[in-house]
Amino acid sequence: MSYIPHTPFETQQMLVEIGVATIDELFEAVPATHRFPKLDLPPPMSEMEVAAEMLAISEANDHAQDFAIFRGAGAYHHFIPSVVNHMLLRGEFYTAYTPYQPEISQGTLQATYEYQSMMCALTGMDAANASHYDGATSLAEAITVALEATRHRRKKVILSHAIHPHYREVARTYHQGRDIRIIGDRGRGEVVDLMEMLDENTAMLAVQYPDFFGQIDDLSTLADAVHDAGALLVMVANPMALSIFKSPGELGADIVVGEGQPMGVPLGYGGPYLGYFAIRQKYVRRIAGRIIGETLDADGKRAFVMTLRPREQDIKRERATSNICTNQGLMALSASVYMALMGKNGLRHVGELNYHKAHYAANEINRLDGYSVDMSKPFFNEFVVACPRPIARINEALLAEGIIGGYDLGAHYYHLTDRMLLCVTEMNAKEEIDRLVEILGGLG
Amino acid sequence: MGDWKTPANLKYAETDEWFAADGAVVTIGITDYAQDQLNDIVYVEFRDAGEELDAGDSFGEVESVKAASELYSAVAGEIIEVNSALEDAPETVNADPFGAGWMVKVRTSDLAPLGGLMDAAAYDAYCDSR
Amino acid sequence: MTTELLQPLIYDIGSPGRMGVNLPECDVPKVELPAALMREDLPLPEVSEVQVVRHFVKLSKLNYSIDQGLYPLGSCTMKYNPKINEDAARLPGFAQLHPLTDESGSQGALFLMRELQKWLGEISGFDAVSLTPAAGAQGEFAGILMIRQYHRDRGEGQRDLILVPNSAHGTNPATVTMAGMHVHELPSNDRGNVDMDALHAACEGELRDRIAGMMVTVPSTLGLFESTILEVIATVHDAGGLMYMDGANMNALMAAVKPGELGFDVMHYNLHKTFSTPHGGGGPGSGAVGVNDKLAPYLPGPIVEIVEEGAADTEEPVGATLESPEHGRGMTRASQGSPLQTSAGEGDRPPLYGFVMPEKSIGRLKAFHGNFGMHLRAFAYIRVYGDSGIRDVTRYAVLNANYLRAKLMRTYKVPYPRYCGHEFVLEGHFEDAADVHALDISKRLMDYGFHPPTNYFPLIVPEALLIEPTETETKVDLDEFVEAMERIAEEARRDPELLRNAPHTAPVRRLDEVRAAKELVLCCAPALSR
Repeated sequence: MSYIPHTPFETQQMLVEIGVATIDELFEAVPATHRFPKLDLPPPMSEMEVAAEMLAISEANDHAQDFAIFRGAGAYHHFIPSVVNHMLLRGEFYTAYTPYQPEISQGTLQATYEYQSMMCALTGMDAANASHYDGATSLAEAITVALEATRHRRKKVILSHAIHPHYREVARTYHQGRDIRIIGDRGRGEVVDLMEMLDENTAMLAVQYPDFFGQIDDLSTLADAVHDAGALLVMVANPMALSIFKSPGELGADIVVGEGQPMGVPLGYGGPYLGYFAIRQKYVRRIAGRIIGETLDADGKRAFVMTLRPREQDIKRERATSNICTNQGLMALSASVYMALMGKNGLRHVGELNYHKAHYAANEINRLDGYSVDMSKPFFNEFVVACPRPIARINEALLAEGIIGGYDLGAHYYHLTDRMLLCVTEMNAKEEIDRLVEILGGLG
Repeated sequence: MGDWKTPANLKYAETDEWFAADGAVVTIGITDYAQDQLNDIVYVEFRDAGEELDAGDSFGEVESVKAASELYSAVAGEIIEVNSALEDAPETVNADPFGAGWMVKVRTSDLAPLGGLMDAAAYDAYCDSR
Repeated sequence: MTTELLQPLIYDIGSPGRMGVNLPECDVPKVELPAALMREDLPLPEVSEVQVVRHFVKLSKLNYSIDQGLYPLGSCTMKYNPKINEDAARLPGFAQLHPLTDESGSQGALFLMRELQKWLGEISGFDAVSLTPAAGAQGEFAGILMIRQYHRDRGEGQRDLILVPNSAHGTNPATVTMAGMHVHELPSNDRGNVDMDALHAACEGELRDRIAGMMVTVPSTLGLFESTILEVIATVHDAGGLMYMDGANMNALMAAVKPGELGFDVMHYNLHKTFSTPHGGGGPGSGAVGVNDKLAPYLPGPIVEIVEEGAADTEEPVGATLESPEHGRGMTRASQGSPLQTSAGEGDRPPLYGFVMPEKSIGRLKAFHGNFGMHLRAFAYIRVYGDSGIRDVTRYAVLNANYLRAKLMRTYKVPYPRYCGHEFVLEGHFEDAADVHALDISKRLMDYGFHPPTNYFPLIVPEALLIEPTETETKVDLDEFVEAMERIAEEARRDPELLRNAPHTAPVRRLDEVRAAKELVLCCAPALSR
């Protein structure tokens, strides 16, 4: 019986103790008319068979071990040191629950505290929570915090169109029941255009850094403009880019959110990922979700505990601002181990590799007949390429050569048909890039 | 009855705030019973001085390790002062709820709602019954 | 006073210039970095690989986990997490699959998700399932948004009240508020069921036209099947409301009853509870939602459907629809079409699976399409048990809970003394040891090598200890737990201080939560040096 350990004799002993003859009798309160339905499921399988089937299903996918991959658009193929997986596979971490009992959860608590600390280091914020579901839901939660911080008197939320399309969709899903307006992302507004939308009814303005197109805008005057209007500046940032670029804290952001997947979490077909959420001290008590703080035990020993608990749904119930409970704790552990391994110098090195390789690829492609790369703004590891043919055709040709090409921007932006968002990371060796350029050249 | 204090000269709401009128200015705080129930208070937050309240509006929030409670004003008017000293020393509410632990002052033009609140004896009986 | 931590912070064991990873040099010509955009400092630790390994191994040893022993945490279903599922999740075809891979290149993943949708629908009796919610709370949110939109589309946007029993998990009322609706709380009666008088009053009184629906946990958060559930459902439906089932306790229901057949309109599953995906120290979870045909158009998306029918019968059992794995590896595979060949014969074309957005979808709940890593683990789990085994999961979970209940009733007060589902509530309090509370009993259990039950939930039972052993525990383990509980009951009378100061053998003693909340040290100083 797979993972059920009972022998028939033990089952009988237990039934005697309970005082029933069969297990079925324990279900007497279930309406008889609906009791014990038949389940139409496949028959059981042995572990050997399941292992074989899972392998077969997995191999029916085009994955990054078999293909060279130049696709990003919110999910990135980065190097993950072996240690990360080994730490993750420790049963003490992955088979534990939320650390509600701190005396026997100091491992999870301290690792999470260290994650919070490293996220603060990266973002330039004062506090970070233990995670949200992903980058998109972190942005949705940031909107809630901004509405709370402006006491629900401000009804306008400005989002840049260069924020990941899925994130903007999620923000709208989350806030469909509220009396607010989400604007700014219907056109192609630049940052200066967004700044003009600020007024006394604006709760927050959000930009992505680098934006969905991989580019970095001049954000030097943005924070002052947002703050002058009494609103909050939210930045959706790729943590990998923060290894080399100015921190959002330095640029004046109030809340920094984003997808932590680039730091030690595999592509995994989109999840589980890691929504990080970091904030300035001023707003720290509005943070939703779990957060770990340092304290002392009864002997005066330093230790960690979940704090700011009254904000959470189990205590505040209908007055809570978020219902989040389960988070992405294990992915926060991945990021924690990853950042510790990379450290100050390693992470910067990886960031620079991304920058140089992406620029090498962009320059080479830009030289090809029929192609042009948008070099109008600085970029990190993604860039937009205008192509001479429909992207689907180009990607088909690349796939036949073992390459997963860029993301078709026309799927989300009607003015960007025949534009491809290419991503180059430290995982793309020069030979791979050269081959990509060669094949693209042949399609020109 | 329990061993909490309930000064005779104040008015009390079912949501455990006390009210003291001095002319048109009403000082508001939470009762000894309430602070005892909440246990160690770790955080207070009030709306800003200058803001207008309707009767029954929340003027802030108080938080202990185990609970978070909304604070309500029985009277309408402008918040003219908040006890910002509590932000750094919220434990003052536990130590001296009717004195240094006062929370906000509201200038009102309508004291009538205070007439509908409980006096000390009624509030004690109310707390005993909970 | 400064004292040492059990294990120093990662920031405090480093030295400038040290690095925990060996990285390649740049193999392309370098370009100039844009100086004006660059950051000056990156205050991360500087530690070696060995230091990192030892640091996290030492931390791991400060945790209690299912892999170490019984974890009877009520409402959390801490069952054994099968190791094969972890191996499966790390197969390159899953772990290294980009979420925006074209449909033709992700047929394996899409096929798996579609099968899981079908199986979850079958287990619960629902017509359609979306796997996108990232956790139970997000599934709840999806459910309430669907109910809201359903009423609005019918011109009944005034329906803004969701009935929630006072025994509900806190996520229920919080969810209602997030969705812009309002909670109408219902009391429970002395049997732990919804108070029917209060329910009828709400559904038949002046609020009738404002009733949007009701959220109910089955079995209830007390671990009890509501014998009145059919009447509850009929009453709410009669008022025009829809019924939401919180599926946190689904481990008590599989093949015992299908919520969809009882009349529920929507429910969420917790794949990390019922279907064994690991809790991960707080997450990730996965909170698929199932709905009947009324709500199917509103499901959060995307969901997986067959977007192009195959040439042969495609409703074969999974094993038969898959070709052996030796076929079609790597780069040559792309030209072979979909690898999910049917076994029917040469030349048959398999169906093409793809993502679709339901017609009136409430929208996307997260980027991409859910916690796929949890989907594949749940898939493998259901596959191992199959039809007969899934039925046994629930039967033995309920057996284990009732066995513990029967034995513990001798020493502890059980406020609802009848057969329970997969969990039950004890009162962690004794009249002749008034100073000992549920929390003290919990903490003392740590000294006996067990994780405590859930304390102080549900809120309607004073000093509640909610105990859920799950089906994966042996009788021997359960007997040891009972013995520990009995000795603690004895200690409560003999030496209450022993309990009040517990735990005595855990890595740390009880913590000062007031200090933590007041001083708010949420980040270590070196990380802020900028």
